[in-house]
Amino acid sequence: MNDWQDQTQEIADGIRRRVLEHVLSNNGGYMSQACSSAEMFAMLYSRVLRLGPSIAPLEPRKFGGVPGAPGHEFFSGGDYNGAKESQFDRFIFSPAHYALALYAALIEVGRLAESGLDHFNEDGSTVEMIGGEHSPGVETTTGSLGQALSQAGGIALARKLRGDTGDVWVMMSDGEFQEGQTWEAIESAARFELDNLRVIVDANGQQCDGCIDEIETGDPLTNRIRVFGASAVESNGHDLGTLEEAMTMSTGKPHFVIARTDPVRGLPLFGERAPLLHYLRFTSPDERAQYQAAYEEMVK
Amino acid sequence: MEIVKRPHVENFIEWSKDKPEVVVLTADLTNSSEVGKWRDTYPDRFFPMKMAEQNMMSFAAGLAREGYTPFIHTFAVFIYRRPYDQLAMSIAYPKLPVRFVAFLPGIATPGGVTHQAIEDVAIMRATPNMTVLETGDATEVESVLDVAHSVDGPVYIRMLRGEVPRLFPKAEPMRLDEVRVLSEGDDVTVLTAGITTEEAVRAAAPLAAAGVGMKHLHVSTHKPFGDPVVLDAILGARHGVITLENHTIIGGLGSAVAELMAENAIGKKLVRLGLQDTYAHGASQAYLMKEYGLDAPALVRAVEKLTGRATGITEPDLDAVRIEAVHSLAKAEAL
Repeated sequence: MNDWQDQTQEIADGIRRRVLEHVLSNNGGYMSQACSSAEMFAMLYSRVLRLGPSIAPLEPRKFGGVPGAPGHEFFSGGDYNGAKESQFDRFIFSPAHYALALYAALIEVGRLAESGLDHFNEDGSTVEMIGGEHSPGVETTTGSLGQALSQAGGIALARKLRGDTGDVWVMMSDGEFQEGQTWEAIESAARFELDNLRVIVDANGQQCDGCIDEIETGDPLTNRIRVFGASAVESNGHDLGTLEEAMTMSTGKPHFVIARTDPVRGLPLFGERAPLLHYLRFTSPDERAQYQAAYEEMVK
Repeated sequence: MEIVKRPHVENFIEWSKDKPEVVVLTADLTNSSEVGKWRDTYPDRFFPMKMAEQNMMSFAAGLAREGYTPFIHTFAVFIYRRPYDQLAMSIAYPKLPVRFVAFLPGIATPGGVTHQAIEDVAIMRATPNMTVLETGDATEVESVLDVAHSVDGPVYIRMLRGEVPRLFPKAEPMRLDEVRVLSEGDDVTVLTAGITTEEAVRAAAPLAAAGVGMKHLHVSTHKPFGDPVVLDAILGARHGVITLENHTIIGGLGSAVAELMAENAIGKKLVRLGLQDTYAHGASQAYLMKEYGLDAPALVRAVEKLTGRATGITEPDLDAVRIEAVHSLAKAEAL
């Protein structure tokens, strides 16, 4: 490991630690998403995304109203990713239930105050459980899965028409490839030659009902994406060097990185619950104590 | 009565000339939505999204967020039915300036139930941030673009295509949330929108001759629905109010009027003509309007019921004042 990898790994470890801390104090939370995506969020925010400094306050704002509501002030959660300028990248966050991991990442890179997570899922707060477009780091409404890639496609098309030099990055989850819209989006992004559209997919093999059995489809995701006209590579989602190579390669097409990840990475105890890993809620004080012990181990 | 052929085609091209922010997205119904020539005129601003409406909605949202004004052109059913979640979450929630140019409203198509948008006004009215417009003639087809463009947020337009009558003078364009008063009278107040307006116009002279005073309002803005002229007209109707809409009677114009009457404690009878909570089927517009009671004779029968007075008006009487024989018998258009 070299210096940047040490620093990026520290951010990834910090994301897992903060999320577990939160799950312990709230008796529940989206844990597996943080376990699987910690390295890709760390890569995005510390190594890959070219972002300007945050233009949002460190302390998360109170909910100010929905877009366009009379008498309310709407602000975009995208402000945490900096100003929208030609040379900067944009980050579009697709699996809105990963919000806890995203907030933790923003804290790790200094875009959100540490105390921001104290307002998670609190009434009247923008630090919502399922991120809305007023939530820190969230620019578009994507909790209905499969819509972000198309939205990002429209943004990427507009940026190409305008001559912007920055890319549009999307973070997706593998379950979203069950939505037909995802394939419509890939097909049209390829047709419009949106080589400024780049996607990292957390392929943790998990969805709400349990395991995603990709075998059923008879073809790995990368092959299917390529057939639709985009470029796609596999990567170990926890190996920073491999991720860097996959995320920065230039292919002249919309580019997908399928990051293979472990939904209990860094928290093997959680594996006992497989295959149901979508949401962690403790069933007994004993179990909570076990996770507390795992946390102590993590911060040692 | 002037019949205008494809008023949208040239008008939209001319209108777009000095508006580089306007882009058009279609879903494999480009010529059917009368933008084939627009595509050829402005190829760099035209994006064929193929038969993939969900993606088209969210793509349009992305373009709108970056300062473009997408005009989605396709059949109404493929805007509000198939990709509703995308319309609501990608476009309506963030209140983005996307314009939905929705063709084949109600039973204005022989395409049958899959092509007939009979509950679109209800669904679009119920969608927060949405402005809902309906064109009733060539003048409104031409002027609805300015109305839509003045709105900061998404706009749904029930659009007419093909041979469209000119009922209103060119110098009197559509205006947001303003009804047109087409006849005066204090026995009944009749509200129509879209293709049903022509039916009430047909009935106006025979009703007047029979001594019935009909105040006729043409509605082109379903939402917002705040023109004070409507409330005054309802208050002034001796026997009651009739709505006649090319839509199910639930959630559309009839419901909007009912809501207004209830909120203002107006204890008058309201007859809602339109599709009586039913789907329709594929047949000509004239046939379906008769079958489902959306035509001039249906309106006359409703007036008689409200006033409790026979008018003596027969169907041949109404046929005799048919505004434009060529138009009313126009052949079914290709899809």
